[in-house]
Amino acid sequence: MSFLDVKDLKIHFPTDDGLVRSVDGLSFSVERGKTLGIVGESGSGKSVTSLGILGLHKGGRARISGEIWLDGEELIGASAEHVRRLRGKKMAMIFQDPLSSMHPFYTVGDQIIEAYRIHNDVSKQVARKHAIDMLGRVGIPEPAKRVDSYPHEFSGGMRQRAMIAMALSCDPELLIADEPTTALDVTVQAQILDLMRDLQREFNSALIVITHDLGVVAELSDDILVMYAGKCVEYGSTEDIFYRPEHPYTWGLLGSMPRLDREPTERLLPIKGSPPSLINVPPGCAFHPRCPYAERTKGKATTEVPALAETEGGHLVRCHMSRDERQSLWANEIKPVLETQ
Amino acid sequence: MVTYIIRRLIGAIAMLILISMVTFGIFFVVPQWAGATPEALASRYVGRAATPETVHLVAERLGFYDPVVVQYGRFVKGLVAGAEYDYGAGVEQCPAPCFGYSFISGQPVWPDLLDRMPVTFSLAIGAALLWVVGGVSVGVLSALRRGSFFDRLSMGTALAGVSLPIFFTGMISLVVFSYGLGWTPPGGAWTDFTENPAQWAYNLLLPWITLAFLFAATYARLTRAGMLETMGEDYIRTARAKGLRENQVVVKHGLRAALTPILTLFGIDFGLLIGGAVLTETTYTLPGLGQFAILAIRNQDLPQVMGVVLVAAGFVVVASLVVDLLYAVVDPRVRLA
Amino acid sequence: MRRKHALAGAATAAALVLSACGGGGGNASQPAQSASGGAAQPAFNAALTQVYNPSTKKGGTLKAAHSSDWDSLDPGDTYYGYSFNFGRFYWRTLTTYKPGPGPEGNTVVPDLAEGLGQPSDDGKTWTYKLRSGLKFEDGTPITAKDVAYAVARSFDKETFPHGPSYLNELLDWPKDFKGVYKTPDVDYSSAVEAPDDTTVVFHLKKPFASMDYIVQMPMTAPVPKDKDTGAKYKEHVISSGPYKFETNEIGKRFTLVRNDQWDPATDPIRPALPDRIEVQLNVNADDLDNQLIAGDIHLDIPGTGLQPAALGKVLPDPQLKARTDNPTIPRLWYVSVIPDTAPLDNVECRKAVMFAADRVANQTAYGGPLAGGDIATNVMPPPIVGQEKFDLYASPDNKGDVEKAKQALAACGQPNGFSTTMTYRSDRPREKALAEAMQQALARVGIKLTLKGFPASSYFSDYAGNVDYVKKNGIGLATHGWGADWPDGYGFMQAIVDSRTIRKAGNYNLSVKNEEVDKLIDQASAELDATARGKLWVEVDKKVMEDASILPVVWAKSLLLRGEGVTNIAYNEGQSMYDYILLGVE
Repeated sequence: MSFLDVKDLKIHFPTDDGLVRSVDGLSFSVERGKTLGIVGESGSGKSVTSLGILGLHKGGRARISGEIWLDGEELIGASAEHVRRLRGKKMAMIFQDPLSSMHPFYTVGDQIIEAYRIHNDVSKQVARKHAIDMLGRVGIPEPAKRVDSYPHEFSGGMRQRAMIAMALSCDPELLIADEPTTALDVTVQAQILDLMRDLQREFNSALIVITHDLGVVAELSDDILVMYAGKCVEYGSTEDIFYRPEHPYTWGLLGSMPRLDREPTERLLPIKGSPPSLINVPPGCAFHPRCPYAERTKGKATTEVPALAETEGGHLVRCHMSRDERQSLWANEIKPVLETQ
Repeated sequence: MVTYIIRRLIGAIAMLILISMVTFGIFFVVPQWAGATPEALASRYVGRAATPETVHLVAERLGFYDPVVVQYGRFVKGLVAGAEYDYGAGVEQCPAPCFGYSFISGQPVWPDLLDRMPVTFSLAIGAALLWVVGGVSVGVLSALRRGSFFDRLSMGTALAGVSLPIFFTGMISLVVFSYGLGWTPPGGAWTDFTENPAQWAYNLLLPWITLAFLFAATYARLTRAGMLETMGEDYIRTARAKGLRENQVVVKHGLRAALTPILTLFGIDFGLLIGGAVLTETTYTLPGLGQFAILAIRNQDLPQVMGVVLVAAGFVVVASLVVDLLYAVVDPRVRLA
Repeated sequence: MRRKHALAGAATAAALVLSACGGGGGNASQPAQSASGGAAQPAFNAALTQVYNPSTKKGGTLKAAHSSDWDSLDPGDTYYGYSFNFGRFYWRTLTTYKPGPGPEGNTVVPDLAEGLGQPSDDGKTWTYKLRSGLKFEDGTPITAKDVAYAVARSFDKETFPHGPSYLNELLDWPKDFKGVYKTPDVDYSSAVEAPDDTTVVFHLKKPFASMDYIVQMPMTAPVPKDKDTGAKYKEHVISSGPYKFETNEIGKRFTLVRNDQWDPATDPIRPALPDRIEVQLNVNADDLDNQLIAGDIHLDIPGTGLQPAALGKVLPDPQLKARTDNPTIPRLWYVSVIPDTAPLDNVECRKAVMFAADRVANQTAYGGPLAGGDIATNVMPPPIVGQEKFDLYASPDNKGDVEKAKQALAACGQPNGFSTTMTYRSDRPREKALAEAMQQALARVGIKLTLKGFPASSYFSDYAGNVDYVKKNGIGLATHGWGADWPDGYGFMQAIVDSRTIRKAGNYNLSVKNEEVDKLIDQASAELDATARGKLWVEVDKKVMEDASILPVVWAKSLLLRGEGVTNIAYNEGQSMYDYILLGVE
């Protein structure tokens, strides 16, 4: 069994308008020292998944089923209090937009100290020293001084570093980073990604990076999971996803990757339409209304949910088209366009 | 910070001067537009069927024959340098700040105001304690159990609390608890705190509860709305992700932020209240500043009106200054300059 | 503290009865022994003609409350009926109303004086002899000089603007006298003097018959000169009565305790039953009624009756109603029909208003027969000595006579009616209702009223009582009300029908400007024979009604609630409220 093993995870929210199937049968695993990237548009269920692993849906309205095994312990059936104790210590999370994710009324130091003292019975002074130490390790200059600053006194990049420091303060074995660089400008993004890679090596923790941007995971991940409408549509090693992608949605994501040398609005292979409502998920293949190749399935796309099938060596794809069809489309139509520049 | 306070204080004094001028103006200038003579003004302060001679003498004694500006100047001079009062058989010194002497009772205004402040302050502090604790906890519980029976019941009650006026709830509560059940003292009961603290609290219990009910309703609704908003903030998710216990998440992270706008409201409410809880004091016959204000206005007793208006305005100005300063302490994003 | 519910009628207390008819001619009524004990049976109007729950039991605390405040506690500076009534706890005047119930309460009996005043033949000099053994609270004897000084000090209206100015007008003051403070050396003996320690002599400018009524007013309550502090004297009035001030917080409360220097032997009219009297001021009026009903207080000092809220509670409840008295008081609610604006300067047009008014609707506007009063047909109310009821503008069922109104309009040259403005006190709902009732009734004959409400506090100074305002704004009708200073023709009528009292502002006579009325007033006030005097005042009344410048609405009644646990309650006609000095507690 892997360090983190998620099996057939379903997270559904009953609302007045109907059942929202945010995560609908998701399975994956991550080993210590390895990084999994979860990629998808907003509303695809990736953030809900990460909050589900942390147990933050417990006590809410969410209906959760499936299994989450962390280091041999099942978390869905565990008590809320037990999961709370693991939270922040064994598993921690780095949120996007650190300005809104950090409390505006407390200093950065106080927030790190608080995180540390929840799980470590130490004095404030000790915790403070630890906080300064952590700030130094994430590359904040003059940490002894900046420890008393408020989040709004930091730049965006500094705030993200502080957020990382807070998440790492208890040496978590599982670290989930939710859009860790979205709010940052491009040069800072690169610095943060470098930092995370270095820290992961240092701590040897399992890392899940959640993003809508394949570019982010390209540098960090060992494996990548592409999510669409609460389901995994393609899973494979980073090489699989970047060099042998087989799902039309993945192609779309690759086509919309922002690059330093392109205008961000310029999309080579834009995905038509918008993500589906999670209450009324399209029948059959959830992606079919936006898929340029839906006709090729002879109607199966609208009636039958495609299975997540292995193509080779752990590379999984959820598509009605045959493997040959997909490979030839990639080789002849998609790849040349992506390489035009 | 210091310059900020000084600037605010100068602004406050300017505000008080303006308020005093407006009050003075309403008193003198408006009747003059309606054609009132000094005698017409003075005829409010004489007995029934007073002769023209009496009215003339009173108008003279109150200085109504002087131009309004001169009268205002005399008022300001009294405030700054004190004044003298001729009570017939002799002359009395009224040291600064001299708000003058009542046109009707001839009593100096300032000692009367000082004497009444503890009553209003007692009423305000007890009620404030009750409504902040009560309103905020009900609001927090309602927000955390949104849509529950408790939430609907307390918000329904809060709506009633906001819409029912004190003179109604106060009178009903007196009839039920004082005259019906005999649990609480009748209207008009007042004992000084220094004399007997237990009696003080017992006498004020009903006014406190009635007044607190009114305010608690507003605070419960505001706290609930604030909590619902804050508990959806990203930093609450962060706090939970750190493994913080839920009660600490609610109090330390949620409530702390939700209370900030309530602090502003509280400052102004409390400032207004210590300037005179008019309806509560009239309903329960408490000899505080609010009752004083009502009587002064009813009797058109200018020195008393000026006194109570300025004191009340002073309290509000100070309260809003304190709120601004506190705000900077509570919310580090606010910087005073 | 828990409030205590007063137990109804302690069986041990030997209840005693005040004789309701203690003989005439200056003999004061004396409590007489009664065999009956226990509680009195409550009944509606039980205290009008007899003493309710009589007792001679001394002791206890009488708790009284006031919904606003005294004008002043100083005997020289007060002008409220309740103040005259209540003040007798701590002052004594030369005369006072005969205590107790029934019509005799309208007559005056000696108090400080041994007997009533002795007028000279020309009616211009009145002499009063004091009793012996009178003392102030500090033990110094009360002499005629203290009475004369008190009268003289009340002359200073700059220091004492609230009190009545009858003595300023009536007495022959020296030209250079400006009051005892400003002109301390001027001899005022031409107005009032004390030739010896027991004789007070008043010198009047012209004959005046009602002097015994004037000197029951508190200006004659003695004030020791060396204790007089002018406008501050009200903070500690030196008592001449059975109680003295223990504490006095002006505007809030005061307490009276027994004055051990008061000798009951010198005072046949005050039983002085309670040991202590506590008065709370500025009590919420509705709460005051509730406390009175619940028994938390014994006495509502203003004595003007219950608030509308309490009326609604008391009247339908037989047990509570049995605790009430419903006397007709010497007060008239009326409408001034002002002859300053055309076409009301024509008496026929004023008569049209008289005929067109719907008296029943007007009475209803004032609260109906119990809370409002009886329909008034002329100016003087029934409790006034010598009053006669007559009706010059009778109509079927009192609903107004449209035909006669139209005839009067035709005679006035306005056959189709006219338009005018009516004022009322906007903070008095009954006056607003009256104005609306008048508007409806007068519309029947084509008289169109525009209604304008003004605050009561400036009603007479700035609006209806302000001559310029009335003329400039064409005010034709104005709601008004008047109560007697004392229950004879002069005491009720003079201020509202004598045209010579009219000045620029602050008038109470808004509409009666008739020389014949003025002449009759002079005649009546000089007449020393009481019966003849009464007749003359009825003539004044008739003349005013012929002039059609006052439209009477109701002779007011008040609905008074007897406090629980209070003994010796009797409605006194002279005070037109309960006789306060008789009260005791169980």
